[in-house]
Amino acid sequence: MTTTADRLYVWSMRTLLVVMLIATLFPLYWMVRTALTVPSSIVSDPTSLLPPTFTWGNFARVLGIVDTETAVELGGSGQAFQFFRYLLNTIVVAALITAGQVLFSSLAAYAFARLKFPGRDTLFTIYLAALMIPVIITVIPNYLLVRSFGWINTYQGIVAPFFLMTPFAVFFMRQFFLGIHRELEESALLDGAGRLRILWRIILPISKSPMVIVALITFTNSWNEYLWMLIVGRDHAVRVLTVAMGVFQAQTPQGAPDWGGLMSGAVLSALPVLVLFMFTGRHLVNSIGHTGIK
Amino acid sequence: MTKQALWTADTRTALLLMLPSLIGFGTFFALPALRGLYISFNEWDLFSDPQLIGFRNYAQLFSDSEYWNSLRVTVLYVIYNIPIQTAIGLLLAVACTRMRSSTVMRGFLILPWLLPNVLVGLLFLWLLDPLLGIVNEFIVSLGATRVPFLTSTGSALGSIAGINIWRHVGYTSLLFFAGLQAIPKSLYEAAQIDGANAARRFWSITLPLVRPVMTFVVITSVIGSFQLFDTVAVTTEGGPTNSTEVMIWFIFKHAFERFNMGYATAASMVLFLILLAFTIAYMKYARAGESDLGS
Repeated sequence: MTTTADRLYVWSMRTLLVVMLIATLFPLYWMVRTALTVPSSIVSDPTSLLPPTFTWGNFARVLGIVDTETAVELGGSGQAFQFFRYLLNTIVVAALITAGQVLFSSLAAYAFARLKFPGRDTLFTIYLAALMIPVIITVIPNYLLVRSFGWINTYQGIVAPFFLMTPFAVFFMRQFFLGIHRELEESALLDGAGRLRILWRIILPISKSPMVIVALITFTNSWNEYLWMLIVGRDHAVRVLTVAMGVFQAQTPQGAPDWGGLMSGAVLSALPVLVLFMFTGRHLVNSIGHTGIK
Repeated sequence: MTKQALWTADTRTALLLMLPSLIGFGTFFALPALRGLYISFNEWDLFSDPQLIGFRNYAQLFSDSEYWNSLRVTVLYVIYNIPIQTAIGLLLAVACTRMRSSTVMRGFLILPWLLPNVLVGLLFLWLLDPLLGIVNEFIVSLGATRVPFLTSTGSALGSIAGINIWRHVGYTSLLFFAGLQAIPKSLYEAAQIDGANAARRFWSITLPLVRPVMTFVVITSVIGSFQLFDTVAVTTEGGPTNSTEVMIWFIFKHAFERFNMGYATAASMVLFLILLAFTIAYMKYARAGESDLGS
């Protein structure tokens, strides 16, 4: 049955996959290659596939485990980059947002999915509508609000808008709860168990996997967020990695960016999310399609 | 009696469960959106009191050539970005369905999407560097001349679109992949027996039946593209000579560098209206062309 056209089709599909795979992975490889190259040979030998002169020096500089003099010797500009400070800030912020958002959104989602109360559907429609509102609409008023609380350059200021809910998390969890068989709860209800007890003892334990997915998405989004963090958290004490990298790049002297330092910083700041993905990736990859379509 | 009691108990429980999310929604979504609308009718530099000026911000936007430029740049960016990203994403998804186990492949393809925009921007700033970047070294080795990707008015916006296609194409293909799983295999088998070749099966079965996913992908990625900020902030800062000054960058500049809060919120309200109009129009169009078999 296979015709020439079919064979051509199969081959062009395979070629596309291979090309896209290379196009996807090569930039990532080049990031690592640059991070592992002595700054002077990044300039003198920009094309060799392996690091022309191998070094861990860029990482040592970015991690701040060598003093400024050694850092300059290793090819740095002597700029301060307090990696561990920024890493800690990012972890604190992303973990707080994830914990709060998954918990509170799941509670609300359960109410939307299972409880009857006046105005439920209207309220849910309003939540859904909020999914469509561009972030920039709320960014400026939220900045003004957080500023009036005196929360600029504090963890609570950075975390606040995402801590109690996002429409996406509520929507996602509700869709999952709707799919749980009602019989599971009805027999418990007949036995006289209250709704909260059912939620705690029956529903949440079987909802681990969607909660993990929401947690992963939320954590990654918080880890990667830039605009909000840039507006409310520029100070060293609360600066997260994305903002730190932006500032580091903006401060490098024109014409001579410290590519070795920047790329090792990039590798280090991508690492936590990539490691997380390595352990949960299969799960995420196989379920991501369902996040939006249903 | 019991039914009545259960109903009120339900309401009370619901209120308890919803309370945190309601507070969050009210404080950081609903009220800010309304407050933003109100601020857009004011002149306010944060340091003195806001002054109500009616529609003057909107009128000023209308005659601001910088604003029109940002609108033009944003629309152009969407045109560069979306068709290519969607087409490659769909083709990749189709290619993945032909593999026996594509989980690893899809895992690799989605890697860029996990990285922060800031990091991706920096990475490509380096890859596309006019002097030392590997892409230009490659171009030179082919005998062509160096391309000033992010530093010339002609190519900067296209380069940024390319960067974001790189970041999003794997994610897009994952969404399509999920949609393709829902198409019954029997349709393809029947078509094959009828002698339809692969290309024809793609046009007559895959494309029409994947339309609901297509609608979702196009709407969400267009909305996302209209809100481009991070990549521009890291790579070009709107330049060279405003050639990459997208709408969010325009709004950001007016709000946080010039402290024109009223003007910036007015611009963001207009952006919202544009996105709303686009979503409604596209959904109408997608529904009008619906040809899903049976469903």
